[in-house]
Amino acid sequence: MEITSQDFKAVSSAKLKDEKLQKALFQAKDGFVVSRAKVVKELDNFEAIRQAASDVRDHCLAHLDEYLEAWESRAQAAGTIVHWAESYEELNAIVVKIAQDNRVKKIIKSKSMVGEETGLNEYVEGHGIEVKETDLGEYIIQQAGEHPSHIIAPATHKSKEDVSELFAKKHDRPRLEDAEKLTHEAREILRPHFLDADMGITGANFMIAETGSTVIVTNEGNGRMTTTMPRVHVAISSIEKCIPTLDDFALMMRLLPRSATGQVISNYVSMTTGPKRNEDLDGPGEFHVIILDVGRTRVLGSELREALRCIRCGACMNHCPVYQNVGGHAYGWVYPGPIGSVLTPAYNGLENAIDLPNAATLCNQCGVVCPVKIPLPDLMRKLREKQYEKNLKSKTEKWSLKVWAYVATRPKIYSMVTRVMARAGKIVGGNSGRIRKMIFAGQDWTKHRDLPTPRGRTFRDIYLNSKKINKG
Amino acid sequence: MSARENILARIRSANKTGKVSDVIGGSAADRLTSSPISPIPDLTGNVTDRFKQRCEDAASTLDEVHQMEDVPKAVSRYLTEKELPMSLVCWPEFKNLSWSESNIQFESRGAIGDDKVGLTGSYCAVAETGTLVLLSGQDHHATTSLLPETHIAVVRRDRILKTMEEAWQLMRSEVGLLPRQVAFISGPSRTADIEMTLVYGAHGPFRVHVILVDQ
Repeated sequence: MEITSQDFKAVSSAKLKDEKLQKALFQAKDGFVVSRAKVVKELDNFEAIRQAASDVRDHCLAHLDEYLEAWESRAQAAGTIVHWAESYEELNAIVVKIAQDNRVKKIIKSKSMVGEETGLNEYVEGHGIEVKETDLGEYIIQQAGEHPSHIIAPATHKSKEDVSELFAKKHDRPRLEDAEKLTHEAREILRPHFLDADMGITGANFMIAETGSTVIVTNEGNGRMTTTMPRVHVAISSIEKCIPTLDDFALMMRLLPRSATGQVISNYVSMTTGPKRNEDLDGPGEFHVIILDVGRTRVLGSELREALRCIRCGACMNHCPVYQNVGGHAYGWVYPGPIGSVLTPAYNGLENAIDLPNAATLCNQCGVVCPVKIPLPDLMRKLREKQYEKNLKSKTEKWSLKVWAYVATRPKIYSMVTRVMARAGKIVGGNSGRIRKMIFAGQDWTKHRDLPTPRGRTFRDIYLNSKKINKG
Repeated sequence: MSARENILARIRSANKTGKVSDVIGGSAADRLTSSPISPIPDLTGNVTDRFKQRCEDAASTLDEVHQMEDVPKAVSRYLTEKELPMSLVCWPEFKNLSWSESNIQFESRGAIGDDKVGLTGSYCAVAETGTLVLLSGQDHHATTSLLPETHIAVVRRDRILKTMEEAWQLMRSEVGLLPRQVAFISGPSRTADIEMTLVYGAHGPFRVHVILVDQ
């Protein structure tokens, strides 16, 4: 997928003024945040479970080569054909080759964020093969020619009216008004495709080393359909999705649905180990898994390593005050929200996503809700430091920071400067109580907000004075 | 060098230079053989009661019968109540039950596009989440629990386990190598992709009905 994160400032300003989007974001926010809080509270030992999951993810990463090799040998023993890809182009080409070798004309697809990274649909369609997204949200945005704005709820930016209009036009049927009827119309339209597609493509939430299995977690049942109905199944995944054992998977499943949608478990958890067996009555005759490494090993060797613990639940974006206001598209790539602000620059280069590490208030809501304890604010801070080191900051910002550092590390000068500014501020602000426009580096800051007028005395002055009074 | 070798080499070198943290320790081989259990939530109380409660939470409906021979009557009760057609496709293990006595047409085969009701057994069930565990394999069509609008599942009471970990333990001892598909099903198919409105019957069944059998 093409990266447009460079436009973050401009796009997010536009999104803030988009009333329809604001309404949709408001609705989504309450749904996920409230239901997560409820199911987390039900567990007496949520923190212990969360710590264990974080430890297991760290352990996986520390032995990732061994677990991947173990996974591969067991998958192959079950008849799975394993491929490795080092670039998006390579992964896409493997998919097309499998399709061509099997004379595939139509593919049904269950949601895959790796597929979004590689731009798989466009590539496959470019080779004359039809691809149908089947997750309702993905289907909606595929019909609209858009990209997902959320990793769990891809069409969360669309209103019901948008979907009504879109379906009426694309399905050439009378316009439907309610969510239930719209959902069932999509079911009716997609059902024949499930039955006659030649190949199914899914993602993989996890790869389990103990058994060489892949797992997908869905609510709609489209994932189970995609892994069962067509004669060929291709799962695309990336190296960091590998976990050691079935019991480690059970641990992750206490966290993933709870953190994602506030469910105790998702409706369908489908674990696949190899293709159809001799005695089986259904299932695909061929099963391929493609394991991708683009950017992952670079992150593994970097100070952003902890980001690879991510299990893609979306809790960090659901709880992020910036995401809640600008939505996912503003982030300009596959992963929005705090995890996107780390992964986008980490995978695509900091210079291509310069604003993202700053698109956060560092309030640490994301860090608190992350089921695998990724210290997201710390990672964003590290990226900010990198921006400074790499000279990616504007001159004004760099100089301002230098001046600030000089003053802040010299108590006498700091005291003097703040006193002068507090008094000057009081005079400038006057009786209005607000400074509407600052100069120099402050210009940008007051573009969208006012600065409350300083009261004329600094905190240090008041504190010292109160100490004197107390002593006296 | 192949992509595989390159990737594995990069992982090894990253784990040499990177800030590796591993409080669990031990080798990968150790964990794969011992498969330690991580903390699980407090699940004291009656396992069946919990399973029933969780089924309800997941929007499955539930009935209880004494023995396998009572299943057709329970199915008939359910289909009548929901005004569904009195015909179904089922797994072969149910073909010898007295369906005609309950006026139910049955066919023992996998489901196709237009079948309305599918009847399956279940390998086991998980009380913690109200989940049915279905394994693919001989005589177990995956389509039966997937394509029809109504899925009825027979669960033996003594096969209700507390957690997913217990289900894995049972499979390790009884099944060995995992079958092609292990399907965990918790209630009917659903989506909330349009304005967060919960709708049942997205692609899979609209209804899941569980029949608990004592013996």
